[in-house]
Parts: sequence; C-alpha cells; structure tokens
Amino acid sequence: MAYGVTMRMTNTKSGAGLQDPVCGMTVGPDALRLEDHPGVGFCSEHCRRAFVADPQRYCDVDDAGARHGADLGEDDVRARIAVDRGAASFAEPAGRDGTGKIHLSVEGMTCASCVSTVEAALTAVPGVIDARVNFAANSATVDTATVVPTSVLTAAVVAAGYQATPVDEDADADPDVAQAETRRRYRLLLHRFWFAAAVSLPVIYFSYPEIFPGVPEKGSTALWWIWLGMGIVTVPVLAWSASQFFTGAWAAFRHRSANMYTLVATGISAAWLYSTVAVLAPGFFPDEILRDVFYDVTAVVTALVVLGMALELRARARTSEAMKKLIGLQAKTARVIRGGDEVDVPIDEVVVGDEVVVRPGEKIPVDGQVLSGSSAVDESMVTGEPIPVEKLAGDTVIGATINRTGSFRFRATRVGKETMLAQIIRMVRDAQGSKAPIQRTVDKVSGYFVPAVLIVAVSTFMIWYTFGPSPALVYAVITTVTVLVIACPCALGLATPTSLMVGIGKGAENGILIRSGDALETAHRIDTVVVDKTGTITRGRPSLTDVRPFGAHTEEEVLRFAASAERRSEHPLGEAIVRGAQDRHVALVDPDRFSAVPGHGIEARVDGHDVVLGTIKLMAERGIAADPAEPELAELAELGKTAMIVAVDGELAGLVAVADTLKDDSTEAIARLHRLGLEVVMLTGDNHRTAQAIARQVGIDRVLAEVLPDEKAAQIRRLQAEGRTVAMVGDGINDAPALAQADVGLAMGTGTDVAMESGDITLVKGSLTGVATAIELSKATMRNIRQNLVGAFTYNTLGVPVAAGALFPAFGILLSPLIAGAAMAFSSVTVVSNANRLRRFRPSHREEVT
Amino acid sequence: MDVVLVNLAGAGLIALIVWYFWLSKSAGTSADVASGGVQEASIVVKGGYTPDTIRVQAGRPVRLVFNRQETDPCSERVVLDAFGLSAELPEGADVALEFTPTRAGSYEFACQMGMLRGKVIVS
Repeated sequence: MAYGVTMRMTNTKSGAGLQDPVCGMTVGPDALRLEDHPGVGFCSEHCRRAFVADPQRYCDVDDAGARHGADLGEDDVRARIAVDRGAASFAEPAGRDGTGKIHLSVEGMTCASCVSTVEAALTAVPGVIDARVNFAANSATVDTATVVPTSVLTAAVVAAGYQATPVDEDADADPDVAQAETRRRYRLLLHRFWFAAAVSLPVIYFSYPEIFPGVPEKGSTALWWIWLGMGIVTVPVLAWSASQFFTGAWAAFRHRSANMYTLVATGISAAWLYSTVAVLAPGFFPDEILRDVFYDVTAVVTALVVLGMALELRARARTSEAMKKLIGLQAKTARVIRGGDEVDVPIDEVVVGDEVVVRPGEKIPVDGQVLSGSSAVDESMVTGEPIPVEKLAGDTVIGATINRTGSFRFRATRVGKETMLAQIIRMVRDAQGSKAPIQRTVDKVSGYFVPAVLIVAVSTFMIWYTFGPSPALVYAVITTVTVLVIACPCALGLATPTSLMVGIGKGAENGILIRSGDALETAHRIDTVVVDKTGTITRGRPSLTDVRPFGAHTEEEVLRFAASAERRSEHPLGEAIVRGAQDRHVALVDPDRFSAVPGHGIEARVDGHDVVLGTIKLMAERGIAADPAEPELAELAELGKTAMIVAVDGELAGLVAVADTLKDDSTEAIARLHRLGLEVVMLTGDNHRTAQAIARQVGIDRVLAEVLPDEKAAQIRRLQAEGRTVAMVGDGINDAPALAQADVGLAMGTGTDVAMESGDITLVKGSLTGVATAIELSKATMRNIRQNLVGAFTYNTLGVPVAAGALFPAFGILLSPLIAGAAMAFSSVTVVSNANRLRRFRPSHREEVT
Repeated sequence: MDVVLVNLAGAGLIALIVWYFWLSKSAGTSADVASGGVQEASIVVKGGYTPDTIRVQAGRPVRLVFNRQETDPCSERVVLDAFGLSAELPEGADVALEFTPTRAGSYEFACQMGMLRGKVIVS
C-alpha cells in the first residue's frame, strides 16, 4: 500500500499495559475505561461503544483470533435488519452480489485503531477470508470465499459503530443521487449569485460619482465612508459567493497547476486589494487621481462568473441525459416462478435459469429465451428499431424492452451485469470517457494556457505602467484584471468532451454503440464502406423464392412434393423449401422413404409417388429428361438463385429455387450511403454471378467476389493502399480480422449478443441503415466539436489581447472588466449549449413509428 | 525609478510563474508500490491528484483507487487514455481503475479536460 494507512487485524492479547480489547492497541492508564471491566482500556469512544454493546464477544476472544466465524451480536442483527429493510431480504440467499472481492466505503473512522475494529468486524462475518481497511481513502476491501451479501457486511460495519456503503467496482453513479447532487450544487451557486448580485447594485451606483446623480463627490468624507462600507460588504462576497474560486485555485496551486479559478481569484482579489489600499491608506498613492475603488469589479465579476457556473452546470447535466435514460430503463422487479407460484422479486434476485412471466404492457426484466406464449415486443429503446418485433417460443428477448401485446414466459439467460443493457451502459460510459484524437492537441495547449495568461497579465501591467497614459497605475491594474477575468480555459477544455458525450449518448439512443472517441472521429473521414454480403446485406439464410411448374403440374403440387420430400432433410436448402411451403400454407405429408444423394439432391417417396429433387446431373443419372428446364435454370442462376429440379415418378414436374434474400432495408440503406457521397463495396465469398445479382438489386457498383474468409483483411488493406479511409461492416465473428484492419469496423449485432469486442462501432439492430446513421452522427458530432473549438480558440485569442488594451493605441478602446467577466461567464455556457444542440440529431431518414 | 522597480518585479514574477508551473513539475509526490500481487495505490482527487506520480512495475496488475473529495465538476471523470480506461468519480466514493501495463514508460492520467494531470511510471 503506497498511500494512507492500512492495518491488518492483529492478535489482541499481547504486550504490556492496558489492552484495548476491541482493536488490540496498547493504551495508557489515562485511556477511556469501564468501571465493571477494570482490566481493559479503550483507544477511542468507538472501541468503547463496540465493547459495551457486546462485552462477551471481546472477553472471549482467544489468542488465535477466534472471532472468525463468530455469530453476530444482537446489535449486529438489529443493524442488519435495518439495512436489509431497504435492500434484499437477508434470509434469502443473496444471489450474485458478494462473491470474490467486495469494496465498501466506510465513514466515521477517526483513528488508526478504528481500522482494526472495522477489519475485525468484517472478518467476523462468516464466509469472509480477509478484510483490509484503507484509512486514508475511507474504504474497505473484503475477500470472500462464499456468497456473502453486501448487506451483511455493511451491517457488521454499522454494528461496530461506523457507516458503510457498498462500492461498485465500475460505479454507475446512481442517477437519482447524482441528479440530487447536481440540483443541490445548482441551488447553492444560484444563492451565491443572488447574494453577489444584490451587493453589486449599490456598489456599482456608488463607484461612479461622475456618472450617477446623487452620489457624493469624489474626495468628500461622505464618499469615503460609503467606499469603506463597500469594502466591507464585498468581503462576504469574496468569502462566500467567490469561495469556490479561492479553494479551487489553492487546491490547483498546491499541485503546481492553475485553472480558471486561479485567474478569477487573482483578478477579483487584485481589484479588491487595490481599492482597499486606496480607501484605508490613500497616502500610498501620491496622486489624488489614483485613489479610486474597483469594488464593483469584485462584486460584479463574482456574480457573473458564479451565474455562468450555475448555467453551465445545468447545461452539463443535460449532456449525460442519454446515459441517464439508459440507466433508467432497467426494470426494478421481475415476476418469476418460485415453487410453482408467481412471485414478484427485486431484479437483483433473478438468477440464470429462472422462469419469468411477462404480461402485456410490462417491461421484460432480464435477457432470456421465450419458453411459451407469443407477443410483439418494443425493442426501440435498445436497438433503435421503432417497429415492435414478433416473439415466439425459442426467440430471444432483451431485458428492459417493453412487451406490447401478448403474455409469455421466458427463461432468464443473462442477469445483472451480463445483460445486454448492462453491457451497453458500460460501453457507452467508457466511450463517453474516452478521448477523441482532436482533443489530444487541445490537451497540449491546456497545460500551458493558464500560466501563459498569468504571464500575459503581468506583462500587460508592466507595459501599461511603463508606457500607459496617466494615471498609469490605474490603467495597469484595470487592464491586468480584465486580462485575468476574460481568459476562459473552461470553454477550451469543455469543447470536445461535452460534444463527445452528447454524440455517443445520441448514438446509443439510435442503437449505435460507439466504442471510443477515436472511432467517432475516424468515422467522419470515411469515404469507402465495405459491406460483407451474407448476414449484412442479406438475411444470411436461404429462403424459397421461386416455384415453376412444368407439364400438367400446378405450382402447389410441385411445392407439396418438393417440401414433403425435404421434410426429413437437415440441409439448409431443404429447410428453406419446407419453410417456404409452410409460409404458403401448403399441406405437407411425411415421406415414406428418404435418402440423400450428397452434393446432388434427395430421393423420397411421397404419397406413393417417387420424388427426385436435385441437380440436372442427378436427373441425368436417374434417366430423367430435364432439358426443357435448362433455360430457366440458367435464368435463375443469373439472378443468384440456387435452383433444383423436381421430378415425380420419373418425369420433370417443375423447378424450385432458393436464395439468400435481401434484408428489407438494405436497398434503402445503401442509397443513403450513396447520398452521403460514399462508395459502397460488397465483399463476399460467393461466385461473381450470385454476387453481381445481389449487387444489382441493392445498387452497389463495386463487387469483390470469391474472397476467401482469410483474404478479407487483405482486400481491406488493398483499398486502404488506394488512399481510402475504409469502414468495414460485418457480423463480428467471421469478419473479425477485416473489422480490425479497417479504419472503422462496424459489427452487426444479432439477438442479445452485441459483438462488442470486435467492432469500433456496434449496430445493435442488425441493419445496414445503422451504418449511414453512424456516419451521419459522426459528421454531426465532429462539426459540433469544431464549432466549439474554433469558438473557444477565437474567443480567447481575440479576447485576451483586446482586454490587454491592444485596441487602445489605435482606437482608444479599452474593455471594462465587467464586460470581460460577462463574456467569460457565458463563453463556457455557450460551448456546452452548443454541444447540447446535438441532442436534436436525427438520422436523415427513418421509418415512421406505426 | 519606480518604473524600473515595477518592471524588475514583473520580470521576476514571470520567471516565478514559468518555474513554478512548468519547470518544477518533477517535484510532485510519488508513490512506490510494494511488490506482491496487485500493485495498488490510492489517489485523492482534490484540485489535482495526490499522489500524482505512481511508480509501478510492468507485467503485474495495477489498481488505482481514486477518491474524489471535492464537488468541483472539473474532476468528475478521470481518463487513463493509454489504456482506454476512464471512470466517473462520484464525490467521496472509491472508484478503481485496473490494468496491467506490459511495457515500460510514462502514462498520463488526467481529468477529461486535461487540466488535472498525473502519471503512472512503469519500469
């Protein structure tokens, strides 16, 4: 342990002198004592209270630390129940929470001995192997062998006289708590603003005897008294309204860094000090004209900057709205079958394998697979897909989506942190915290910015003092304060992260998970989109497309023979024919005899007829004349379909064709990509003819066909060698190397597996339209970031010289520090508000919700 | 005369600013992490990171436990860019960043705006 104090629980009966039986410390004779236990002393009130609560427990301790596994005392139980009222019932098994390592935040520790008290209390809980307390960080780490509910651990700490709360490793700050904290801070800032503003009004009035009527004239005793009063009333403005500037500046100063607070604090205190010297020690200024006050600068700048901070805080709270929405989607309870009954349980207690019941209008609590029943489920909140999805037995359902029409039961397959929603939240949170490459440049600047402004401020003073008109000192002070007050490092620092935050959150709302700022930034430079055919443009599984009867047979007959014959087949083409027949409501029968001719087709006996289904070669072998079908076979092949001949009782009966069909929105998605000015390239292992057929249908002009799976990445490299910035869209499993090779890899999510590991961007809804939306979003976000950066840079690079008086020699223009304060306060609000405009982002085309 | 004095004082002040904020950086506190298991360091976040220099060894897991003790929103997120890690720091709570550095070097961690900075030195 490098920092702070970490102590392990030590044995209690060793050494001389009085022994604290609770923490084991040796204490002096003047330690806290108990009349009825003369042999012991206590290091602290905490230890004494712990002992009084259960003397038996501490008196019976043996040398080997027999407290391990001891039962909790009565107080512990009471505390445990108190804790459990708000959480899971402690009589129940705690589910997943508590295995392995648990972090607790512990409050109330005052001395190092408290450390051992807490450690002892924690190690005494059955199932705990070890507990370590970090005094400096007010935290405890508990290693557990078995499942130990965190509520029992916190109760043990509470019983020992401290407060404890579990710490989530990847803390999702509770949105309610965070919101309450933001509100509290906002209100505090507003109060501070109102106070400073109330003081500002009279201070401004009496600061300008030349302007405002009724103010005693300069040099008069009356005005001196008024100014003295102003000096006094601005003290609470500095001490309360402006307190965060001073504490913030000091904290940064100790770390040898400087920030906005440094500038503001220096500016307003310089103004106050000058004024106070002018009032209290006018003799310090030989010239009468120098005896002026700038208390108005102190009060007004404080008021404005505090107001700016309050507005910025409120605007910033909105930037994480998408995230809050995601967290808020989580269901609170689930209705599960326990012991044959339906019971409502807290979501934390649902375990994998539980049978969950969902009624119409209810939220699906966790991820799972439908067992029985059917319904339409609104998955828009997770996938961005506005149209409800039909769910039947065997289909997967996603936790946090809304069941619309029917009731069903499903088996929980993923719970807690494993659910899709939890993964999405984690991913979005990580991405929002990542950096866009553009910011790394800004970071280099921001390390130098504030000290540089301080240097400019000092130089300004020197120049005005040396070369300025009379009264040089007044001009020097005013311009220096203006420089300090106008510079706004916050606008610069906020420019990128706030836009990124809104942009990535907006993506999640549309079912587009962007892994990092890097991915978001690269996506806007893409000029070529490579799309894997199977599973991306097409559904990735064949379906029946054509039935062509010959001779006296009808279409239904041909299909009935073909599908009945294929009924026992496990070949995907056979399954496609059977499914196609079922969809067309053709009644099927079981074949009496069935045999597969590998690579060529099948033979079967259906309703007393011999059926042969397969290639033209198989027909030739069986002596069936299939010549009339040849032109049609060629035609279907040209369209990229796989056609099979159906012969009944040795005669040609017809043709059936299957093909991998297009996803409904592929054509529209590719048109959108073209509208964005991108070249779309299709990549597939299929032969050229099939590939071209699909490409024609969806409007793709460049096709890379017959590409073996391990060559895909090489093809991407080749495109990159042409100087293109390439995005690859694939399914994330077979295409992983190509996704990694591309400048941006977009993985299509399927079901509840969002394939997050393989892509820079994951499209939750497995649809190509997400590609166009992702690129549009990237462009919109980068445009927003650029606006912010250009705005913030321009503001500072123009504002600082103007404040220093750059316009004075030529035009006689000098900026008032009051205006500088207002400009500074609103520059960062402007940046955040501009980022919030991104919340209005809409994909260029979107199906209407029906 | 007073002009000369003011300018001398100003020049001195500028030199002081340059020295204090830029040149004396190496004087930051550092924490050496004891050997054995996970290399853990607790970092208090308040106007900066204390300690702001963490020395660890390559090839072993590192856990940085941040505890933010201020309400200032500037420090509400810490980013360890080199390892693609970041975390929100609710006030007063312990938040851990875990990673295993494989190569020696100096890796910066910072607030989201890059105003507060610290580094992990891997040897």
